[in-house]
Amino acid sequence: MARTMASTRLTLPPLLIRFLVIAGLVGLWEIASGSGWINAFTAPAPSSVWKGFEKIVAEGGLGEAMAITFATALMSAAIGAVFGIASGYILHIWKAAGEAYTSWLAALASAPLVLLYPLFLVIFGRNMWTIVAMGALGCTPPIALKAKEGLDGVKPVLLNVGRTFNLTPKQQFWMIMFPASLPSIFTGIRIGLLFAIINVVGVEFLVNVGGLGQLIANLGDRFDYPQMYAGIFFVILVSVAFFWITEKLEKWLLSNT
Amino acid sequence: MAAVEYIGRKTAFWTVGRLRIAGVIAALAVWELAGLSGLFFNDVLPSAFRILRAMGQLLVSREFYEHLGVTVFEVLTSFVLGAVTGTAAGLALGISRRAGDIFEPFIHYLAPTPKIVFLPILLVLFGVGMGSKIALGSISCFFPMALNIAAGVREVSPTLLRVGRTFSLTRSQTIRMIYLPALIPAVATGLRIGLAVSIVGCLLSEYKLARAGMGFLAGQYGDKFAIAHMLAVLIFIFILASLGNAVIARFVRLPGPGDRGSVRLAFDK
Repeated sequence: MARTMASTRLTLPPLLIRFLVIAGLVGLWEIASGSGWINAFTAPAPSSVWKGFEKIVAEGGLGEAMAITFATALMSAAIGAVFGIASGYILHIWKAAGEAYTSWLAALASAPLVLLYPLFLVIFGRNMWTIVAMGALGCTPPIALKAKEGLDGVKPVLLNVGRTFNLTPKQQFWMIMFPASLPSIFTGIRIGLLFAIINVVGVEFLVNVGGLGQLIANLGDRFDYPQMYAGIFFVILVSVAFFWITEKLEKWLLSNT
Repeated sequence: MAAVEYIGRKTAFWTVGRLRIAGVIAALAVWELAGLSGLFFNDVLPSAFRILRAMGQLLVSREFYEHLGVTVFEVLTSFVLGAVTGTAAGLALGISRRAGDIFEPFIHYLAPTPKIVFLPILLVLFGVGMGSKIALGSISCFFPMALNIAAGVREVSPTLLRVGRTFSLTRSQTIRMIYLPALIPAVATGLRIGLAVSIVGCLLSEYKLARAGMGFLAGQYGDKFAIAHMLAVLIFIFILASLGNAVIARFVRLPGPGDRGSVRLAFDK
């Protein structure tokens, strides 16, 4: 695998190249849009997208929209965590149920559950609860799977230590099983939060209610393309940042346990 | 292993089979009781029998097949486009370490972003018709495909590659004779997740704005408050998704959850 050839050549660090690629694309787009190669109305130049960004920050309620989206996603993930960890625990201690339902849970975790949104729309109406429900629905199965996996993987020697100390089942859970399976549970919650954010933004966009998704939908409906592009790039940026932070956090957590 | 333990205890009442049947019955009962409870608006949770009847009515109507055809066409086209471009990108990123170092972070970090927000741009570029749906579906499918293939390429055993070099295989021979066979699990995972997300991409954009397709049809029934019919359409959508999954599983041998001891989720490494 070792590529000694590459290291002898003069090479730029990947980070710099990535930056140059982005800068190049932005520059190209600016030129193409400015010179009329591409339609400047439907694909506004980066400079006017930047102006649009300043505008949605100042008067379009970008900060508020972001707060709403995050609050909704966190609420969904909290609901998902409660139900997910509880069902993961049940599937762990009741072996027969684990055998019977874990594969169903895995199917649910990979099923396109967000497509059930019309049902939730008629149950809850065009409001925040539809969005919370869709977020929670999306993140419960992965959290449950990861919780069960973590609990299944607790080392028997730890459980025996607990038994030696005559721990009650409750103590056994909170003092041994829960801490030992925490890394896996955290992975589940991280994945669950991602699912929740994707679902929340998606449903906000579809029903025109709530935070960032609604903001983009509104700007699109108003044909305000510079602001709409700014909103879209902002959502992408926020979710990339969020993914990056939780990934680093998980690595740190795993290396400290 | 749990199964072995379990067979030992033959006296237990709750066998796996019984639990599964009980699970289905309980789910149906909860649905029916919730519908009858009066907690929800009238007819929001129609009885399963009415949903079955609606499914039957849809199956004999011509309109249903037109919408079904539109959605199947969109999903398949976007799936093929996303899978082909994703595979090409994944191979390039996996084989060239330099390309992987530079460009893979882009794909890795863009993968879990909500793609639906691109829809307004795609509507402008490709119109309200099938074009925008296919575009969103392909973009969605591209990411899991590229990431799984790139990771799969890196996991190809160096021994196999050395064997290839001993036989002085050309680059295309190496790809065809070593990488591709070794990549089947990665391809299978990529295709499976890719299909699910292209379905989501196409259907969500149909819900938002369309003139045809299953998502459009479900939205129309929802607006008319014909909930049984709307649910019937949703059930057909899920049947379609699991059929697609089953087809992939049949053609590409999947590493099932049991083989790895853990279930592979999107965004989990």
